[in-house]
Amino acid sequence: MAIDIDVARRLGDRTIAARFAAGSGLTALFGPSGAGKTSILNMVAGLLRPDRGHIRIGERTLFDGATDLPPEARRVGYVFQDGRLFPHRRVRANLTYGHDLAPPANRWMSLEEATQFLGIGHLLDRWPHSLSGGEAQRVAIGRALLAGPEILLMDEPLSSLDAARRGDIMAVIERIRDELELPILYVSHDRAEVDRLATQVVAIGE
Amino acid sequence: MLSAEEWGIVALSLKIGGVAVLITLPVAFALAWILARYRFPGRVVLDGLVHLPLVLPPVVTGWLLLIAFGPLGPVGRWLESWFGMTLMFRWTGAALAAAIMALPLMVRAMRLSIEGIDRRLEGAARTLGAGRWHAFRTISLPLALPGILAALVLGFARSIGEFGATITFVSNIPGETRTLPLAIYSALQVPGGEAMVTRLALLSVALSLGALILSEWLVRRTHSEGQRRGD
Repeated sequence: MAIDIDVARRLGDRTIAARFAAGSGLTALFGPSGAGKTSILNMVAGLLRPDRGHIRIGERTLFDGATDLPPEARRVGYVFQDGRLFPHRRVRANLTYGHDLAPPANRWMSLEEATQFLGIGHLLDRWPHSLSGGEAQRVAIGRALLAGPEILLMDEPLSSLDAARRGDIMAVIERIRDELELPILYVSHDRAEVDRLATQVVAIGE
Repeated sequence: MLSAEEWGIVALSLKIGGVAVLITLPVAFALAWILARYRFPGRVVLDGLVHLPLVLPPVVTGWLLLIAFGPLGPVGRWLESWFGMTLMFRWTGAALAAAIMALPLMVRAMRLSIEGIDRRLEGAARTLGAGRWHAFRTISLPLALPGILAALVLGFARSIGEFGATITFVSNIPGETRTLPLAIYSALQVPGGEAMVTRLALLSVALSLGALILSEWLVRRTHSEGQRRGD
């Protein structure tokens, strides 16, 4: 699937701009902290409006001069740095949130498949605040996958984890890339992570 | 323990307090939401107007209600000619006075809980396929719920304690507008009314204390929810 992104947005006194094309596999947006990598993901997700440019995924235009799809219509899954699970819903209700909203034709994974894929079957009745960092990140990944996305955005998903958990989650990300063949836009400032995971690297500078 | 007359007073107070908070709830929530989420010119003025009943002498609030809702007032005349409805000297007028006095407290409680919601959760919901309204209903509203309940309890307690605006706007009519505080005031004027004053005053203390404890508990629940989210 072809991903074609050319966006610019002024935030305060600096301009965040990125222009790249990506294919399937994992495309790492690599650069120092504060370079605006997260803002680029937010523009792709529809949470931040670019001042100009375009965002195309496959045949679909998410944003250009004439089109600006709202986030809920973009089929873009987003795994945030901090998991961002809904605190008032149990793990099961977090996982099914997007699944229940998606038209059946757009879903490509069931709750059983997702829990098995991520090894989170034993967490379904827990509350988010009782999860460890690694568990919460798995649930966040599952929640995004279950909404039936065409592309997955990941914003430094390993940054809040200890070394052992990082390895676990990296293995999960590799399986999303290789087994599920879901295109991933991955933000990181960690060279080792990018070397291990990335199919393609896009440098994001000041 | 209480006489039939005193039970009547309690029932009237609860009815007026209940109606007052139910009228105020949607208005207060809308105001709290706007003040918590939006920056616009005139915001400071709106904030000031909402808080006005908190600092204005209640008798002035009552007088303003009299001017607006009295039979010759702009709103009162309109209500009278279109609906045949009068608020002055009626329990509905007492409910309106109580509602206005409860408004600032209710807005404050709800605004705090709305400001405590992590807005990024709404963004997360949107990326999962929720439209604005659905995200509001399933994420923001449930997370604000403890604050809404606290506002209801506080507003109710404030309503049944309302005195100054009530007596100015709807007078002190037994069975129609004589709520707990007005009844206590009346009993104080009558020789031999001390026993009734004591009973009604104790009842007022119990109701107010119960409401404060309940709302404090609800607010603390919101708080611990926020801390959990910060983990």
